[in-house]
Amino acid sequence: MVLFENVSMTYPGGELRAIDNMSFAIEDGEFVFLVGPSGSGKTSIIKLITGEVMAESGILSVNGFDLRHIRRRKLPLMRRTIGVIFQDFRLIEDMTVYENVAFAMHVVGATNRDIRRRVPYVLDLVGLAGRERRYPREVSGGEKQRVAVARAIVNSPRLLIADEPTGNLDPALSLELMLLMDRINDNEMGTTVLVVTHEKELVNSFSKRVIAIEDGRVISDGMDGYYSYEIQ
Amino acid sequence: MRSSKLGYLTKEGFKSIMTHGFMSFASVTIIVACLVIMGSFTLIAVNIDSLLDELESENIVVAYVEETFPEEEARALQPQIEYLANVRSCEFVPKAQAYEEFVSQHEGQASFADLPVEVVRDRYIIYLEDISLMGQTQEQLENIIGIARVRADMKVAQGFVSVRNMISAISLILVVVLVVVSVFIMSNTVKLATLSRKDEIAIMKMVGASNWFIRFPFVVEGLVLGMFGGMLAFLLEWVIYDVVANKIMTGLLGGLIALIPFASLSAMVFLAYVGVGLAVGVFGSSIAIRNYLQV
Repeated sequence: MVLFENVSMTYPGGELRAIDNMSFAIEDGEFVFLVGPSGSGKTSIIKLITGEVMAESGILSVNGFDLRHIRRRKLPLMRRTIGVIFQDFRLIEDMTVYENVAFAMHVVGATNRDIRRRVPYVLDLVGLAGRERRYPREVSGGEKQRVAVARAIVNSPRLLIADEPTGNLDPALSLELMLLMDRINDNEMGTTVLVVTHEKELVNSFSKRVIAIEDGRVISDGMDGYYSYEIQ
Repeated sequence: MRSSKLGYLTKEGFKSIMTHGFMSFASVTIIVACLVIMGSFTLIAVNIDSLLDELESENIVVAYVEETFPEEEARALQPQIEYLANVRSCEFVPKAQAYEEFVSQHEGQASFADLPVEVVRDRYIIYLEDISLMGQTQEQLENIIGIARVRADMKVAQGFVSVRNMISAISLILVVVLVVVSVFIMSNTVKLATLSRKDEIAIMKMVGASNWFIRFPFVVEGLVLGMFGGMLAFLLEWVIYDVVANKIMTGLLGGLIALIPFASLSAMVFLAYVGVGLAVGVFGSSIAIRNYLQV
């Protein structure tokens, strides 16, 4: 569960609040789109959830961790309950597809036996069976994003965050990726999914909850699954 | 820590040396260059010091025994002389022997031809531990009953002390400057090497890697590169030292200067080089990535 209650945050040296008295809650198992124009605070929300920046006031809780008072050494434990996917994939170029995914399991201390069993299963799940030995430079953009998805879900996180995951993909691949995330949320694992995007058509083609933000504040939060907010 | 995890992290450290081949090469090259430059100056200082030790040991003090003392009594003074703290050793020279040496040194000079043996005294040739204390030792010798006069070449002794102090100061300054420059160059090389891995570290943090999990392969990498650099620098220093020593021995200075053989310094040099290499590699890499871990 993700809970924002009157959360505010200002970047060091910044004058305006990036997040201004924001409140919303995402329950376990939900699929939520977070939408808003550039500079509205979408990335700041992700940074707050992943513990990259700290809130200055309010209550902020992610998967049971109180992020307002978490100790720095506990942050890795919290991050292991989250999987993150970025627009630019952020794969380690010197590692093969298999190693990029296995690496996330090594981080949580999985045994070699578990890794050998789990990684092929997850790669198969995202449609990358047969691509294990390739390096990121040897696969397409869509496949890179699938590797990122595989890495994000391999440890069965409770929350999957996707930050503009379709920004570098064509419409067909974008839809395919969203369907994959829907499967992860719906059938395969029951993982909570938070997708940050501004692709109106994509959002509107799924009947999911949509939270719209502007200037660091929530301006609409609808369960109708419709992206009604107009980008300024 | 589970052994499979330790094995994985160690393997990643080794793998990283190969995948970041150019930076590994640059790091080793810098370590080797800095160690050889610093080491060479230190070895020059060590050799000069040893040379001065040798020259100083030839700087002697002569203590003349009272004319009234028969040879037996003159010989009996030896324990009192040797008892003095700054006396390394002393050698009794009876007047007959001293006379023969004097005559042979001035052979052919008419003015010394008919010199009677009585004009020469029994004497002690005294070798000192520290020539900077020559004046003090001279006074102590003069206070011994039976010693008539002490001849000590204070000017030469002071000259040696001045030269040694000057060389020590120059060596110290040079080594300190070189250490500072080397540490600066090496830390920048390590920083540059880790800068190229900034994104990789950020990804590791994002998937929940703890700081030590990220740091460990870097430390392994630093340890291996540092040790390799240290060993390579040692071998290179050995070759350079031997070549320079041979040139000196076979050249004009061959008869005057004897360099310390590298074999007798090798253990110390090896330990110093590998030790410094390891320290630079391990601490350099862990300090350099510290900034990237604060996310």
